[in-house]
Amino acid sequence: MATLFEGFTLCGLVQTQSASDSAIQGIELDGDSDHAVVTDSTRAVTLYKVSDQKPLGSWTVKQGQLLTCPAVFNFQTNEYVVVSDNKVIRVWKEEDLHLDKAFKATVSADVWRVHSAPGGEPVVLFQRGAVRLLDSLLSAPQQPIEDILSEEEKEVIRWSTNIVAEKQHFVLFTTEQKGEHFLYVQRLNPNTLQKYRLEREDSRAPPLSFSASLRDKHINLLYLYPNGCVYQSVVAVQGPVGLEGVQALPRSLRLRLPVGEGELGAASAVALDEAHVAVVGMPHPSARTGKDFLCIWNTNFQTLQADKEMVGRICGQVWCYLGKLFVPHGKALSVIPYECQKSSLASALGKLRHPGIAVSKSSVAIPSWNTLLHGDQPQGPTKIVDSRKSKLRRKSQSAPALTVDQVLELIKTGPVEEVRREVEALVSRGDAQDLQLSVGRLACQLVARSQVETAFYAPGALARLVKTQCLCHSMCPDLLLLALEHKDYFLCQLCLQLFPDIPEVVTCACLKTFIGVPDDDVEMVSLEPDSVSFMEGLVAAGARGGQQNGFSPALFEEDSCDPHHQPKPPQHQDKKNPTLQLEVCPVGLRKAVLLNEVLQTPYSDNLLVPHLKDLNAPQVILFLQYLQFIYLKYSQDVYTQTPVLRSPTMTQIIDWVCLLLDAHFTVLVMAPDAKGLLSNLQSFVKSQVKLFSELGKIEGSLQELHKMKPSKDISQYSIEVIELF
Amino acid sequence: MGEFKVHRVRFFDYMPTAIRAMAFNAHTERLALARMDGSVEIFNFTDHYFQEKVIPGKDSRSTESLCWVGGRLFSAGLNGEITEYDLENLRPKYSLEAYGGPIWTIISNTQGTQLAIGCEDGTVKLFEVLEEHIQFERNLDRQKGRIISLSWHPSGTHIAAGMMDMIRVFDVPTGHAVQRLLVDRGFGGSKSQETVVWSVAFLSDHTVVSGDSAGKVQVWDGHTGTLVKTHLVTKWDVLALSVSKDESSVVAGTSEGTVIQFQFIAPTLHQQQDKEWVRTRTFKNHTHDVRALAEIETAIVSGGMDTHLVVRPLLEKFDENTEMAEITLAGFDSVLLFFPQRNLVSCAKKAGLLLFQFPGQLELWRLGDSDGHDGRNTVNIVDSFQTKGSDHICCSALSSCGGWLAYSTVSCVRIYRLQTDNNNISITKVSKLPKALRSAHQLCFSSDSSKMFAASSQSSVLVIALTQSECKYVHTLKPKSGQQPIHLMTTSVDGKWLAAANSDCEIRVYNLQKLKLHCIVPVYGSCPSAMGIHPTTNNMTVVHADQQLFEYSIVEKQYTDWSRKLQKQGLHNVWLDRDTPVTHVTFNPKNPNQVVLHDMHMFCIIDQSLPLPDQKTQFYNQMTLRSLSEQERPSHLHAFKICKTFQDLLCVSLLDDQSLVVVERPLLAITSQLPAPVRQKKFAT
Repeated sequence: MATLFEGFTLCGLVQTQSASDSAIQGIELDGDSDHAVVTDSTRAVTLYKVSDQKPLGSWTVKQGQLLTCPAVFNFQTNEYVVVSDNKVIRVWKEEDLHLDKAFKATVSADVWRVHSAPGGEPVVLFQRGAVRLLDSLLSAPQQPIEDILSEEEKEVIRWSTNIVAEKQHFVLFTTEQKGEHFLYVQRLNPNTLQKYRLEREDSRAPPLSFSASLRDKHINLLYLYPNGCVYQSVVAVQGPVGLEGVQALPRSLRLRLPVGEGELGAASAVALDEAHVAVVGMPHPSARTGKDFLCIWNTNFQTLQADKEMVGRICGQVWCYLGKLFVPHGKALSVIPYECQKSSLASALGKLRHPGIAVSKSSVAIPSWNTLLHGDQPQGPTKIVDSRKSKLRRKSQSAPALTVDQVLELIKTGPVEEVRREVEALVSRGDAQDLQLSVGRLACQLVARSQVETAFYAPGALARLVKTQCLCHSMCPDLLLLALEHKDYFLCQLCLQLFPDIPEVVTCACLKTFIGVPDDDVEMVSLEPDSVSFMEGLVAAGARGGQQNGFSPALFEEDSCDPHHQPKPPQHQDKKNPTLQLEVCPVGLRKAVLLNEVLQTPYSDNLLVPHLKDLNAPQVILFLQYLQFIYLKYSQDVYTQTPVLRSPTMTQIIDWVCLLLDAHFTVLVMAPDAKGLLSNLQSFVKSQVKLFSELGKIEGSLQELHKMKPSKDISQYSIEVIELF
Repeated sequence: MGEFKVHRVRFFDYMPTAIRAMAFNAHTERLALARMDGSVEIFNFTDHYFQEKVIPGKDSRSTESLCWVGGRLFSAGLNGEITEYDLENLRPKYSLEAYGGPIWTIISNTQGTQLAIGCEDGTVKLFEVLEEHIQFERNLDRQKGRIISLSWHPSGTHIAAGMMDMIRVFDVPTGHAVQRLLVDRGFGGSKSQETVVWSVAFLSDHTVVSGDSAGKVQVWDGHTGTLVKTHLVTKWDVLALSVSKDESSVVAGTSEGTVIQFQFIAPTLHQQQDKEWVRTRTFKNHTHDVRALAEIETAIVSGGMDTHLVVRPLLEKFDENTEMAEITLAGFDSVLLFFPQRNLVSCAKKAGLLLFQFPGQLELWRLGDSDGHDGRNTVNIVDSFQTKGSDHICCSALSSCGGWLAYSTVSCVRIYRLQTDNNNISITKVSKLPKALRSAHQLCFSSDSSKMFAASSQSSVLVIALTQSECKYVHTLKPKSGQQPIHLMTTSVDGKWLAAANSDCEIRVYNLQKLKLHCIVPVYGSCPSAMGIHPTTNNMTVVHADQQLFEYSIVEKQYTDWSRKLQKQGLHNVWLDRDTPVTHVTFNPKNPNQVVLHDMHMFCIIDQSLPLPDQKTQFYNQMTLRSLSEQERPSHLHAFKICKTFQDLLCVSLLDDQSLVVVERPLLAITSQLPAPVRQKKFAT
């Protein structure tokens, strides 16, 4: 996504007489990234501090003289260079107050532009196509200048720029001759000149704007036609040397802009990065009128990413420096900061990004101060202590932190404790963007080793990785099963809590394991304290045995609500003391905690039911008993519970009861142990049905109340009887 | 207590007419109100907004403006006449052609010596107020365009006149226009329309406030003629302005039905000197044009197209000594006066006939018979009388046997003989009436229909004997003193007593056998709003505008024990807090303990045999009683049995067959007949 931020006005503009001319010749960078050198169309050069919107200095030539080329900054000598009256080159420093007193040199031919770029010497491009380095020109100003472009054939320069690529320095300029457009690429040291012919657009219209950028050792030339087409041509930096004659320049259509009615008049396109183009002076695709929008387009997806309406006349100029767009419009020069983020399908579907492909070996762990000082993941007190510890340790050892690759190597061979330590250190200082990838790789590596080496199992390191919340099941599918295998119930709980994408088969496997595990095995396991205290509260609440708000759970009601269907005395005997039955949780506390986690795991019914069939009858009955227990608890005092972040909801419980019954109905009907349970469950259903029918009745009577008012008769005459008391 | 059969009647298409003008007399605290049909009503603001007097309208009369001069009331209208009203005889005293075309407004100076009117022909005419008459004095400089509104400077030297597109300020002694204030037109499409300055107010500091058809309230400097401030308050018209007595507040009424208050206050606490007119509050009590406004000491009174009069109390102006309880009771609720506080319905108790009085006609209906098959009985309109002439009916009466019908306008009285045979009613006008019977404020028949009583001028009552063949003048019962018109009259069933109450709160009881005054009921400070004489005991029940209830024994010439007990214990607060007066008192012939009363929102049967409610008792207890068992009920009973099943009541009467007649006029039906408002309230706007 790209964003255009709120802009600000750098300076006001003087309106020029002719509508097509801009008030600004050019904007160039200074040695300071916050400076901008603005050359106006007549006589003045002004240096602005952009963030303060404040002029720092201004220089003007005498009346009668004219600046013919935008001032540039010589990054090597920290001087400004400008050309006045085509032939006079002036050089001055920021301290100089008057341009007249500055250094002047008159050259023998008309200058088109002076170009300068950081890392390169300024070059002078003459109107007839010759190129000289500024230094060498100034040492002999009156040296003869050859003609590259023939005067007779009226080939004139339309646009030029220079590009410094590593050691190479290029001057690019386009020319127009009889409706044909050419691109000249002048390479300096050694000097070579290559001429390309631009493919002709159908409308024969000249390109409105050019923009060149260097990318991957190629010069990308982007140009915009009035019909809204944006083409890109690529010229290799290490181009074929010595090709004679005019080459045809291949082009590719990057973008077709909606131009609305007519053609674009004064418009300009500039490439922001490989995927984004800023276009000024075009109509907004959804706003009908006016061609005065600044838009950022994504050329990969052909989508409009950001737009901003520019008030006033736009003269088709836009400069782009260091994340800011400079757009003269109306009576002002606006500076609009922008930001382009990489947009890719992969980033949209982040989870699917596979660590193996996306990450190159060269990824370097850059320690972040933020993480070091404050800790980045809000993981609770333990984590802060950890990071503090590791910090201390790092200090004492003063050993450089290991990179991900190093840790990965370590995992392959290192002992459990060291692996844990290093993983913790890595994760706690990990940079948030990279974390997801490295965590995935680390987890996979750990799991892989554990699978190979049965003796190796690093619960601490894995738990730490899961807790980063950067991991999901699909990233490391074997992790949860491994944890089950090693009876690492704490890790299982963490995974169930934090993984959003556990397949139903794995959920069922967990369920089966949890139900099957003997209570004694689990009781000593340390689990997440929140969920444990919730369960403790739930069990304890039952002990009080009170009824809330006049509600009596289904079992109490059973006799009264349906006496005819309860004829069997033994069953009656059974329920002599239903409260007693309620008190006992059918499973142990920790087991219950684990089961709760299963209850809260997301699932889809169709996929879950087949796997539920894997459970055997005693397991199903036990689980149902537990569900019944928790249901009754909830019915009793769900509102008195202390609010816990994670606790199974009533709906989840009932859904699971339904699922289990669906999956095992025939088995349960046949099983003698399940009889009482089933009848209890039936009474649940009954009580629910009764509740809903009562609610329905209430709804009905409330609606009647509604109807009562307007039902008054409005006849003109009636005989009624009233009763007074 | 038992069941009642109720004839619920909703076919009385009574339609009040829109309020056009208003004038408040701060001295007497009377509000005069003019309606579109030319009628004028006088409300007594010291006595619970009781509608004291009604002067019936006339077809040709259209009142545009009202004006008090001392205790005298003047009106002017588009018929070009100035009218002074005779408030004692409830009729126009005289009308005077002003010869200036339709008159838009009439004002008086503070001294009460001069009247000024604004005419269609562009003149402001001054009249001198004389003892018994007014006399044309002179014209001020004639202007082009009509004079819509006028306001006299308190000093009497200047008059501001609202016209089309401008306001003129006149110097009264010279008669010259000294200032010309141009009023901007509205925006957009209304630019081509002239702006009508509907209302102006001239304050003592020479500030002129104007309200115009472009929706602006503007404040001008009257000395320099410059605009000081413009408040754009509505998209439609600002129709009325009213200034408070201390000139610290101005209210403006708009076509949207809002009343907007402006106050002359300092914008900040620190700069108490630099006061300006600031828009402060908006009241929305009307759905239609607010045509008439009066800002009085404690309230804003407004009325307009939607026909009801609203008294909106201003909380902060309450006296600080007033108890908080009173403020909360009266502080926020606007008093809405919908119906005339007198009888428009006469009921023939024996014959089951109803007579409805409209301004220009009468309707006679017969109630259906409950013996009918499906209980949905037909009611046939018997006749509707178009009155002759253009005067509106001021009162009407139907004898209880249904044999006689009488009505009166300000100029004549008509009596008709009704004869029923087989569902057909034939009507014959009684041709020869006694000369003394010229007009009546109230009419009433004796219960045996042998006599008719007509309240005439100066609280006198004419007694007319009715026989099959003729009407004969018998006597005039004339009090020694008393000027005010009689607004209530009632006779006893045995034909021995006649009681008449006038606006001075005097109730006189006459002995009809001796044809002389029997006694005067002790004068109570509030006007009686309804009274009735008990058929068996001859005790008279009187209800006053302040909701107090008395029972007076005519024979013993003293209040009865029950009445004393009631006064001693005091009426229940809920009863006293009602805001509409009781307009009817009848009795149950079968049960002498029961008195039937009603106001607009409820009817009440008082059972004198039951204990009186004290303040702690639940007053509206019918629902509670209904839910109690037979055994528990007696301990919860009290004397006031109130039924709110029927709303917007015009009449509740008990027929001789014990069935109740309830005449309702739902306000919704009235509202639905009004023209569409300019702006409808939409949710969240």
